[in-house]
Amino acid sequence: MKAEVYVTLKRGVLDPQGKAIQHAIEANGSDAIAAVRQGKYFEIEVAPALEPAAARAELDRIAREILSNPVIEDYRLEIHE
Amino acid sequence: MQQPFTPEVIAEHGLTPSEYDRIVELLERHPTIVELGIFSVMWSEHCSYKSSRVHLKRLPTTGECVVQGPGENAGIVDIGEGYTVAFKIESHNHPSFIEPFQGAATGVGGILRDIFTMGARPIAAMNSLHFGDIDSQGTRRVADGVVRGIGHYGNCFGVPTIGGEVHFSDRYEKNPLVNAFALGIMKRDQIFLGKAEGVGNPVIYVGAKTGRDGIHGATMASAEFDDEALEKRPTVQVGDPFLEKLLLEACLEAMRSGAVVGIQDMGAAGLTCSTCEMGFRGGTGVEIELDLVPQRETGMTPYEIMLSESQERMLLVASHGRAREVIEIFHKWELDAVVVGRVTDDGKMRVLEHGEVVAEIPNVFLTDEAPVYHRPLARPEGEVVLELLHDALDVDAEGALLELLASPNIASKEWVYDQYDHMVRTNTVVLPGSDAAVLRVKETRKALAMTLDSNARYCEIDPRLGVMHAVAEAARNLSVTGARPLAVTNCMNFASPERPETMWQFSETIDGMSEACRAFDTPVTGGNVSFYNETDGRGIFPTPVIGMVGLIDDPKHVTTQWFAKEGHAVVLIGDETPALGGSEYLATVRGVLTGPLPGLDLDREKAVQEAVRTAITDELIVSAHDCSDGGIAVALAECCFSSYRLPAVGATVDLDFGLDAITTLFGEAPSRVIASAPVGAVAKIAEICRRIGVPCRQVGIVGGDRLRIDVRGATSVDVRVADLESAWRSRIAAAMAVGR
Repeated sequence: MKAEVYVTLKRGVLDPQGKAIQHAIEANGSDAIAAVRQGKYFEIEVAPALEPAAARAELDRIAREILSNPVIEDYRLEIHE
Repeated sequence: MQQPFTPEVIAEHGLTPSEYDRIVELLERHPTIVELGIFSVMWSEHCSYKSSRVHLKRLPTTGECVVQGPGENAGIVDIGEGYTVAFKIESHNHPSFIEPFQGAATGVGGILRDIFTMGARPIAAMNSLHFGDIDSQGTRRVADGVVRGIGHYGNCFGVPTIGGEVHFSDRYEKNPLVNAFALGIMKRDQIFLGKAEGVGNPVIYVGAKTGRDGIHGATMASAEFDDEALEKRPTVQVGDPFLEKLLLEACLEAMRSGAVVGIQDMGAAGLTCSTCEMGFRGGTGVEIELDLVPQRETGMTPYEIMLSESQERMLLVASHGRAREVIEIFHKWELDAVVVGRVTDDGKMRVLEHGEVVAEIPNVFLTDEAPVYHRPLARPEGEVVLELLHDALDVDAEGALLELLASPNIASKEWVYDQYDHMVRTNTVVLPGSDAAVLRVKETRKALAMTLDSNARYCEIDPRLGVMHAVAEAARNLSVTGARPLAVTNCMNFASPERPETMWQFSETIDGMSEACRAFDTPVTGGNVSFYNETDGRGIFPTPVIGMVGLIDDPKHVTTQWFAKEGHAVVLIGDETPALGGSEYLATVRGVLTGPLPGLDLDREKAVQEAVRTAITDELIVSAHDCSDGGIAVALAECCFSSYRLPAVGATVDLDFGLDAITTLFGEAPSRVIASAPVGAVAKIAEICRRIGVPCRQVGIVGGDRLRIDVRGATSVDVRVADLESAWRSRIAAAMAVGR
């Protein structure tokens, strides 16, 4: 079982890094974009012995407490059998 | 008209029912929701100083060197040769608990803007930090985030973080204190104020776009924490130090162009505060159209735009007909700059959306007419024991010294300041670690010394005397580097003003601070009050932080604390009798907070400092160190330790104060300085001290690799300096590394 976690800044939180990327794209001569927001992506291999329900609960906890900073970030967890 | 808001909505805005009634009385109608939000932030404790104003008036705020006292974005003092410095300290306590990294970072960003909005280029930053018990997981999380956040913002912006103080006590466990200080320099004739002058002049919004961040931050900063604090998280803002650097350069360039009339940063209460305060100070009104405000997000309401605390924004007033010129400067620095309104003659802040008025309030209602409370005062009862423990002296002196040196309050803070760039701009003369930081002022022949000092444990026992000790120590820290103290900025961190005990502590603190600042002729040029520092009903220690700035006329006289050479004499200047009350020794070795505090004779203190400064400018003294927390034994050990300049060296010292060994070694007293000097200079130092009326005597000699202290002829301490230094140097880094 594999899990993917996407961590992004909450909507409305300033993203200086995204802005810098946008700026770099524009400076490179492209006018194709209006805004960029960046985040983090995790691929996680789940321990084989774990039951799917338990795995989901545990991964959710990990994503909430370790992979993201709930003060300013949201996360999305996807699990693939 | 029907009452438009429920009692719950009014309460959520931090307004009491009687405050709401007062708003209706002033406006002669009910406010709109936008106006309610505006009153809510402007009448919050954070912006209005409603509980503290009546007391703050008692502080001395004028003096020969003061160019700008309290009431502006920062205080300004004259340093001669046509130059002035702007400096201020401000708290960012509550945001730093909720999100330590961004909270501390934006605290640094805010204080830097306060400095450059006056026209000054920031050249130094410092911080006063108070955290919980160093060995708790919560403290590690907060301290790690705060220190990284300070380093991130200061390092990216390009200002050296050159000093400060760090304290640990379980009283700050869920309510850390993060007080950020900044100092900038400018020519005396290039000072800018936050005034909207000249009816018809354009009002220009510059800097970052407005987003939904930090809405109601100012109200949050005035609310006690409880377990719901974590739910308040989305109000934290994220800062962008690179953008702030652009804003600095653009603002200074615009100011030099001569087209800027007045300027103010948007800090707490953002656009609201800058609009009404600039109009109020200028005796004018300001009208703005929200459709013109640059926005980061779509669909923002007038309420959100007015209350947003997005960082790195400024509001400025340009001369008539010169808006284009100002805007072009900001565009050159890739910053938004838009005319959003104009200066009017009606004394009101008027906010329009699509041409319709959504808020219209006379400025005076939000400033001078804001509530002022004479809150009741009551001395706390029976919380502090004023008797010493009988067995306090029954301790092995060597073990106690090692334990004290490894106490987080005394131990080396290099884990903290190693994360800061303290050399950028290449003017730093004395790096962090000595009594005060020193910066060369390239524009003049002079150097500036600066320090942050507090002694919350003393203030818990006796706030009036405690803060006097803090002021005296700040002045002493400057004097031992060779600097003459000039002026003070203060950050008053207290618990809830709704408790009479807190207000008594606050009032006593103001009286003590006033007396001490008058004695040293160091007026208070500004600062900040932070109330409601409590969690689950338990308050912090009363924690007034003193930021003091001093001047060194000739940088070659800059002195540090470290013993320099074998064979030099160890000289003790001042002979106040030490006492254990309130000491670090009792707190660390015995685990108790108990008084009475050592006394303080301000005339004696001034004389000791004058003697030390004279001996430094006469080039007699090689090193000088303030003798405070942990007593003379700790001070001697610190003089022996290695520094960025010198290797460690030992000393042999013989003390006789007519007291037992423990009180002699670890008792604390003001008005004492440990100096070192060539043996041949001792008689001349003694002569200076005699002339000024200060006791002075040689107590030992520098040399060897051990610190040996005899008390009244009997050896109490005889340890390798390397062992003392490793206990002192490793403590904080080790605690922070737990769990890594």
